[in-house]
Amino acid sequence: MPTNAFLGVFAKSPIKPIEEHIKIVHQASETLVPFFEHAFKGEWKEAAEYQQTIRNLEREADELKRVVRLTLPRGLFMPVERTDLLELITHQDKIANKAKDIAGRVIGRELPIPAAIQEDFLAYVKRCVDATKQASEAINELDELLETGFRGREVTFVEKMLVELDAIEQDTDDMQIKIRRELHAIEGQLNPIDAMFLYKIIEWVGTLADQAERVGSRLELMLAR
Amino acid sequence: MDIIASYGSVLVIIAALVGFFMAYGIGANDVANAMGTSVGSKALTIKQAILIAMVFEFAGAYLAGGEVTSTIRKGIIDATPFMDLPELMVLGMISALFAAGVWLLLASYLGWSVSTTHSIIGAIIGFALVAVGSEAIQWGKVTGIVGSWIVTPAISGFIAYLVFMSAQKLIFDTDEPLKNAKRFVPVYMGLAGFVMALVTIKKGLKHVGLQVGNVEGFALAIAIAVVVGIIGKIAIGRLNIDPSADKKMQFNNVEKVFAVLMVMTACCMAFAHGSNDVANAIGPLAAVVSIVEHNGEIAKKAALAWWILPLGGFGIVAGLAILGKRVIKTIGEGITHLTPSRGFAAELAAASTVVIASGTGLPISTTQTLVGAVLGVGMARGIAALNMGVVRNIVVSWVITLPVGAALSIVIFYILRLAFGV
Repeated sequence: MPTNAFLGVFAKSPIKPIEEHIKIVHQASETLVPFFEHAFKGEWKEAAEYQQTIRNLEREADELKRVVRLTLPRGLFMPVERTDLLELITHQDKIANKAKDIAGRVIGRELPIPAAIQEDFLAYVKRCVDATKQASEAINELDELLETGFRGREVTFVEKMLVELDAIEQDTDDMQIKIRRELHAIEGQLNPIDAMFLYKIIEWVGTLADQAERVGSRLELMLAR
Repeated sequence: MDIIASYGSVLVIIAALVGFFMAYGIGANDVANAMGTSVGSKALTIKQAILIAMVFEFAGAYLAGGEVTSTIRKGIIDATPFMDLPELMVLGMISALFAAGVWLLLASYLGWSVSTTHSIIGAIIGFALVAVGSEAIQWGKVTGIVGSWIVTPAISGFIAYLVFMSAQKLIFDTDEPLKNAKRFVPVYMGLAGFVMALVTIKKGLKHVGLQVGNVEGFALAIAIAVVVGIIGKIAIGRLNIDPSADKKMQFNNVEKVFAVLMVMTACCMAFAHGSNDVANAIGPLAAVVSIVEHNGEIAKKAALAWWILPLGGFGIVAGLAILGKRVIKTIGEGITHLTPSRGFAAELAAASTVVIASGTGLPISTTQTLVGAVLGVGMARGIAALNMGVVRNIVVSWVITLPVGAALSIVIFYILRLAFGV
């Protein structure tokens, strides 16, 4: 027997799944930290376990993304634009994809990371994870934003979080430049293909932060309406 | 004429039975709409919701439910052409009740949210058409009903918008939402109590034989509002609130305060629903009883027999307790992320609109006011998502209910005429 039609007026909220999604995405990027710690020591078995975790999280995020896309039919009356929400979740999902790619490439080649850059490299990864964390926290304010009707103090509060996110992203850019320079100094001693892969991985890790910033700017656009 | 003389008591019993059937259907289906938001926002458990609905539906039906009955009985159709044919009026009212009850049950089974008010009006129009022709129908009043499809949701949506925005301004968009919630929520409670008390005093109490003057009524309503506010303040004071909460937890605590308010608006909603919708079941019944009691004379102004209101109230409560539970149960999940503060704005607005309209005698539908109120909160960007497809379906069901009710009632009317040989 179908449920009462009146109650169907309240469509299932897309806000909760979107918050849930970024949480999973952030977990995926966070798992890169222990992954690299093991990779540094050449403990490929343990690293492979973390890579598996990242893959699972990425798959989970994909599933959630699909659910949001499917359960967000036309004719839904929402306080935010439908297209904005869809783009937001697309950008969120790219973070998890990137994390999966990074772990996959490193595992696939059992890529040795020279000891000289390890310390800075880990700090760089952590900072990028900070960016995804900040994005996740900002997205988690969505239901509070809803509570206040996307107005007033709560908006200022979220805007501050987004400014902080931009600052973190700026940090990661600087760190990326530094670590490239360090790699450049020792690249002669490395297997040329490994060196090329390392440059690629460094770039990709930076993409995590870039993507987190993009998520933030999507949120900013929503606030602007 | 002899039909009424010889079958009088049988007709009254049949009318009472179908009236009860109709009230039962209203209780089983409509109340889920009225209580839905409270349960959806988890301010009330299903058991609590049913208990509150029982008490306040009955109170609403008994204290403020008399006004709409006269509109349905005399406003929609003109009694004059029936003066010489009272037996047709009696059979017609019975078929109207039966038709509306059947349509209501069918629609609930199919999961459509139809208006009980409009089913009964459509049914009355239907039998009047075939009994004496279209001149008996007050088409102006029917136009008014069609107009109410737009006006009622608009009014209740507007009230809901205002209520929600005021809560934003006073509570959520401030430095200390929790402190302000504690301060202002009792005021909202008082406001709800005021509307409820005022309409009960002004419109309802005369049915139980009490007359209160304008000034006294106003003063009494204000007094009740203050009492309700104070009780609310005490209830909020007793809440277990973590004072060391950060900003995030503060919103959760604010919602706790609003949950207390939700209990109040749920009471309002049940009261309003009882006062408005019980008339759908008992209006035609009252007409039948009055005609039989006067030996076929259609009185201009008939007093309501003492047992009719309680019968309607009891029917609603029985339907709610037996079938409504199932309907309410489906609400818990699948509903939008609905917090007490959002649900409260919708319910308070809907209840106020229904109570006010019930006081002025306009036969509006509870479903309409609720849909309007929910849309209003949505407009204020308060609800995460509204399914506009469903809203459209509901509006369509408002429109088809009138003709369907009429057609069913015509069929049943012919069957009854055959059975009684009129």
